[in-house]
Amino acid sequence: MSLDKIIVLVAGVLVSWFIYWFFLGKKDKAVSVSDEVDIIVDGGYSPEVISVPKGKITKLNFIRKDPTACLEEVVLGDFKIRRALPLNQKVVIEISPETSGEFVYTCGMGMYHGKIIVK
Amino acid sequence: MEKDKKTFDIKGMHCASCVIVIENSLKKIDGVLEANVNIATEKATVIYDKTKVNENILSSAVSNVGYQAIIDDVVKTEDEEKNEKQKDLHKLRTKVIVSLGLGALILWGSFPGLINTSPMILRNFWIQFLLATPVQFWVGLTFYRATISAIKHRTANMDTLVVIGTTVAFGYSVFVTIFPQIVTRIGMESMPYFDVSTIIIGLILLGRYFEAKAKAGTSEAIKKLIGMQAKTARVMREGKEIDLPISEVIIGDIIRVRPGEKIPVDGIIIEGESSIDESMITGESMPTDKSKDDLVVGATMNKTGTFTFKATKIGGETVLAQIIKLVQEAQGSKAPIQRLADLVSSYFVPIVMILATFTFVVWYILGPDPSLLFAILNTVAVLIIACPCAMGLATPTAIMVGTGKGAEQGILIKDAESLEIAHKINTIIFDKTGTLTKGKPEVTDIIPVGSINNDELLKLAGSIEKGSEHSLAEAIVKAAEEKQLALSKVEKFQAIPGHGVEGFIDGKRVIFGNKRLMDKESINVDSSIDKISEMENNGKTVMMIAVANRLVGLIAVADIIKESAKEGLIALQNLGIEVVMITGDNQRTANAIGKKLGIDRILAEVLPDQKEAEVRKIQAEGKVVAMVGDGINDAPALAAADVGIAMGSGTDVAIEAADITLMNKDLRSVAMAVILSKKTMKTIRLNLFWAFGYNIILIPVAMGALYPLFHILLNPIFASVAMATSSISVVGNSLLLKKKKIIYK
Repeated sequence: MSLDKIIVLVAGVLVSWFIYWFFLGKKDKAVSVSDEVDIIVDGGYSPEVISVPKGKITKLNFIRKDPTACLEEVVLGDFKIRRALPLNQKVVIEISPETSGEFVYTCGMGMYHGKIIVK
Repeated sequence: MEKDKKTFDIKGMHCASCVIVIENSLKKIDGVLEANVNIATEKATVIYDKTKVNENILSSAVSNVGYQAIIDDVVKTEDEEKNEKQKDLHKLRTKVIVSLGLGALILWGSFPGLINTSPMILRNFWIQFLLATPVQFWVGLTFYRATISAIKHRTANMDTLVVIGTTVAFGYSVFVTIFPQIVTRIGMESMPYFDVSTIIIGLILLGRYFEAKAKAGTSEAIKKLIGMQAKTARVMREGKEIDLPISEVIIGDIIRVRPGEKIPVDGIIIEGESSIDESMITGESMPTDKSKDDLVVGATMNKTGTFTFKATKIGGETVLAQIIKLVQEAQGSKAPIQRLADLVSSYFVPIVMILATFTFVVWYILGPDPSLLFAILNTVAVLIIACPCAMGLATPTAIMVGTGKGAEQGILIKDAESLEIAHKINTIIFDKTGTLTKGKPEVTDIIPVGSINNDELLKLAGSIEKGSEHSLAEAIVKAAEEKQLALSKVEKFQAIPGHGVEGFIDGKRVIFGNKRLMDKESINVDSSIDKISEMENNGKTVMMIAVANRLVGLIAVADIIKESAKEGLIALQNLGIEVVMITGDNQRTANAIGKKLGIDRILAEVLPDQKEAEVRKIQAEGKVVAMVGDGINDAPALAAADVGIAMGSGTDVAIEAADITLMNKDLRSVAMAVILSKKTMKTIRLNLFWAFGYNIILIPVAMGALYPLFHILLNPIFASVAMATSSISVVGNSLLLKKKKIIYK
């Protein structure tokens, strides 16, 4: 095998490993929320993982700053909430989870994810 | 000065001090004469000078102190949203036209076969570079922006794939344009691929344009429901009739409705009568006649008469508002079938990126010459053809259309899960009274035993039943009242659930109820047993009355079977669903009614608290069971069933225990709900099959899987055509559901 091919092979393996590590290997730290939290929607959700207390009303204030069509809705499937997020407007979603566990919230097409951990 | 008054909602208040802060802020506005904020209703009422103050000033005064004023909520935000969407669509269209136009010019100047017909200027690589650049960086800016912000979060999406794909094609082309000699030196033709990068961007945006248009159609049902709301109400205030926006109507207001007008809010008729078209709420096409003391529902249409009614429910409490809320919730919920798609799409993009890398490496190492070019083009094709959006859209769009369509027919589905389970139902248990029958039984026979006469017997029965809440009691009391019999006073009244009632009249113990009660009290009914059997065989419910432990008479009551029952049940049986009837009636009466309706499996003499157990028993046979009832007496059974279906009265919406609420009393709606579920699930399956199949088949093709045998490769431009069509086809397929008729046979 010629040198250029070996270089491409090695680079390919490294790139694949990088993609795996960068996108799939990240560990999320949960942000602890007591009453309310501003979630900025810009290429994803930040904070992405939040932990909220069980049985209490928590306000999630979604503020979308990203014009991507995919992010124009947020879906909290476990809470039966699908809400349109107008650009640069605060949309308040109230949840009062009764069971503890991890609940995923996503964009309208299920591409972007966030997590609500109920403790 | 022009005085005006406005009441609007305030969001974000949580304490009494908020009231003062908002009031002060409003009062400070030049031109505001009076401002009142109510914490309980979360509303502000402002009297102001119209020439100095407008809604925007009021709204900003509220937001300045940290709250939100919702002035003309529905109308305004909807319009704003619509305008915004229109603007976005318009921009998108411009971008599509620009990129496809420029792309077409480049294609003309570079595509083999076409190139000979093109003007020389278009064949110039530098001109192509000039034409492709605005497409890549102006039109394509949205892709870059989305990618950058996604990368910051260590996530990747469709835009990331488009960015990498088109940037590789564009970058390679720029390199070829600037350094053609280097490319020639390594044995490749110095040919740029600007057409690929521009047309891909154009086609993907074209796909998004159609997708956005189609997606707007999936949420149409909610918009239609919101649009049904009346805008004004003719309210009697201080002896005068005034037109008020419905947001200013308060509970207790007396409202006049004239023929052809929409009823503004929910209420109860106090004067007049009319025929009212409730089809928008119940799906029932026949108008209903209503008169004094009948309930009317906001958004329904008054047809013939004029009447006045008292508002009993306003704002978010009205039936329409609750329907909207329920449908919105259902559309926001997730169907179990979606889980796999969700799981796949969360790993999808990184995996496609790894596959693209793999494609590049394999083509570069093993591919034919010029291997670099093959490697680049196939990598771009893989990145472009992958379409996670179709998977993400497959289930929710169908659920949105399905639940919306249901609401139009008066079928309210609580969540996506209920809609999904409903298509698996193979057994439906119907509660008899009030569900299969009208629930308004009438007295058919009065048979005295011994010296008592008919009227005396009816008087006795009417008296003892007066305190009972059982539906049969109502029939007996009504019959007694019709004969104007003076009812006696009852002492120590007691209801014995599933059996009857007991009490003391004139110091004597009177018991009234079914055979079971007589057996329990050891009262001999042998002398009347033939008569009882005969009436029961005719589907009548026979009740026995005993005074001082001796039988004094029989009263038979029969409930009328609903007109829609037979047709509704046949429709279900045609769907292959077993129909079961459950009732507290004795076996013989139940059998008689079952026979009339063509029901073979009958669960008779079931006490109210045993219904739940009966449902579980049938479930234990491995059946998927739906229970149909009124949702009040049989709530536990409804909750125990796989799908609980409540037949509403058109005036109550959110029946807690029910997964599906039917707004009308028409039994054919049950079959319609099942058919709706089946059709929605079929659409979802087809969508998922298409979305998954598309990616599973075309990604390997783009990688070059067919090349070794057939020498077939996927041109990146065709990849973008396929990708653009895939999302549209999924959304389009969901929209087809709207056109499908929910017919039963």
